Amino acid sequence: MIPQTPETTTGHGDISTGVAAPTAGGDSNASATRITPGNALRPEDIALEVRTGLTKPSEDIAEYALRLGDDALILAQRLGHWISRAPELEEDVALGNIALDQLGHARSFLSYAGGAWDKSEDDLAYFRREHEFRSVQLFEQPNDDFAVTIARQFIVSYYQFELYRRLTESTDATIAAIAAKAVKEVDYHRDHSAQWILRLAGGTEESRRRMIHGLRLMWPYVNELFQDDELAQRLAEAGAAVAPSSLREDFDRLTGEVLAEAELEVPDVPAAPGGGRHGRHSEHLGYLLAEMQVLAREHPGAKW
Amino acid sequence: MAAQNLQSVPAEPTPREQDPAEQARIAAQEADGQASFDRVMAEDSRIEPKDWMPAPYRKTLLRQISQHAHSEIIGMQPEANWISRAPSLKRKAILMAKVQDEAGHGLYLYSAAETLGQSRDKMMEDLIAGKARYSSIFNYPALTWADMGAIGWLVDGAAICNQVPLCRASYGPYGRAMVRICKEESFHQRQGFEILLELSNGTPAQKQMAQDAVNRWYAPSLMMFGPPDDDSPNSKQSMAWNIKRFSNDELRSRFVGMMVEQVRVLGLTLPDDQIRFNEDTKKWEHGPLDWREFQEVLAGRGPCNSQRLERRRSAHDDGAWVREAAAAYADKQRAKQSMKTKEYAA
Repeated sequence: MIPQTPETTTGHGDISTGVAAPTAGGDSNASATRITPGNALRPEDIALEVRTGLTKPSEDIAEYALRLGDDALILAQRLGHWISRAPELEEDVALGNIALDQLGHARSFLSYAGGAWDKSEDDLAYFRREHEFRSVQLFEQPNDDFAVTIARQFIVSYYQFELYRRLTESTDATIAAIAAKAVKEVDYHRDHSAQWILRLAGGTEESRRRMIHGLRLMWPYVNELFQDDELAQRLAEAGAAVAPSSLREDFDRLTGEVLAEAELEVPDVPAAPGGGRHGRHSEHLGYLLAEMQVLAREHPGAKW
Repeated sequence: MAAQNLQSVPAEPTPREQDPAEQARIAAQEADGQASFDRVMAEDSRIEPKDWMPAPYRKTLLRQISQHAHSEIIGMQPEANWISRAPSLKRKAILMAKVQDEAGHGLYLYSAAETLGQSRDKMMEDLIAGKARYSSIFNYPALTWADMGAIGWLVDGAAICNQVPLCRASYGPYGRAMVRICKEESFHQRQGFEILLELSNGTPAQKQMAQDAVNRWYAPSLMMFGPPDDDSPNSKQSMAWNIKRFSNDELRSRFVGMMVEQVRVLGLTLPDDQIRFNEDTKKWEHGPLDWREFQEVLAGRGPCNSQRLERRRSAHDDGAWVREAAAAYADKQRAKQSMKTKEYAA
């Protein structure tokens, strides 16, 4: 921790800058200044603050952080599979980067959430069962081919950008700080997926067919992203979180612009009912967790 | 999509017509080129892509750099095998970043090789067709989590011993690529060491896992330096060209000396009771290595040869439609752009 002197603050006695412009990914000072001035926010910083009692989330906030952490963790696990299997070396690197960003966000959210229950990020990641995960179903959908992965990423990154952008204003300083770091990274993920949507839609007949298929396959899970529930509403009213439904309009508009440029229709497919926030998952999550957790569970209590 | 639009420079000068005057001119040019090349070698300075270089020098470098690039790419596989099962989120992040670094190393090295006149597409084709080699070590399986430690500590450690002198290789693009690669490799080695240290200080099962991994990776990592000096036909020429700086056995001996110190800190042992420091030669010596096994793996009969190539082949084949789409899209964009330019002009 670098102590803040009056000279280094801007005279408001407030070192938080947040993300200024709604469309920008944030300025260079936006990252995590609320917690570690001058340094990027690391999951270890949050774990330390939680451990030393410097910060402790309420039960509601912890549950909310768990949701966002689980989303990011499950997606990181999915994307990690592409490393060494991507269509081009550049994509091994790009998808690996996105996976790493998501894993970083997951670790921060889970470290924070764990503070409410005296659990570490690893306790939460490796020792919960399927129905205890709070991720929405989109994130656990299988990678399938590259177009399907891109379709999932496109939806995720436009959703997460709108979410994190607003969460930089959260009344909960830790949530705001994690969001301030994440929003800048997710902005790149938006760019990456939007460019691939354009390329695949406008490339060959085959790539266009696959892109349309990918979007149709993923679109049933869009609705769940924007479902409100009591917890989200309660936290939104307190200014700590965002009502998911409030993100829908911007999401529809911005994804609509990209799809229109790619001369693609917004898929007209029935929405799946969802339920991930309450532990109701698709058939896919169990396999993902079985693989992710196997080694840690073989050695309970071991340190790595 | 870097590889698609590459201008391929012929690797060797194409023979011109049989015109004596033209031949004389070429001969003079060659003699000038050779003189300047010899001067660079004598001064121990650098050859750059546009400089004249003897055809065998170009060929040797192209072979070495492309093999090195292939090794990075194939080398992603044994470690990628544990990304999904990494036992903590921090370890998962570190491992992902490491495997991603290897893709980056492959990219720098393919770029360096391209400056010698061969496209990345062609190199990739040769790899998939089984015509190109990569480091034999990656044909061994990564069976447990501790292998992530042993690969980092031993395999990356051996790679560093090999590669640090390559930062001074006479071919500029190769030497410069190696500087960056070595920095990241030494980071990887420390991570590997740390994984083993944690395991060694962990539960009895963890410690046993670590020792088992070191036992399996020790000999293959010593063989990474290549055959013994008296059985290494290309070494002498590579040393004369200032590509290679130290002999295989010299580097192997240095590596053993480093490992013998570090393994004590780890609280583990090396599976070789004949390691000793020879006071007369001032060199570290080790027990006999099974060079027959080395030749077998090199000949394609290792535990994972077919699996590694198949994975690369399927990633390449499954991704073909994506690369085609990107190329088609880029062509369409260029066509649109030139239409616009024409409209403005008219």
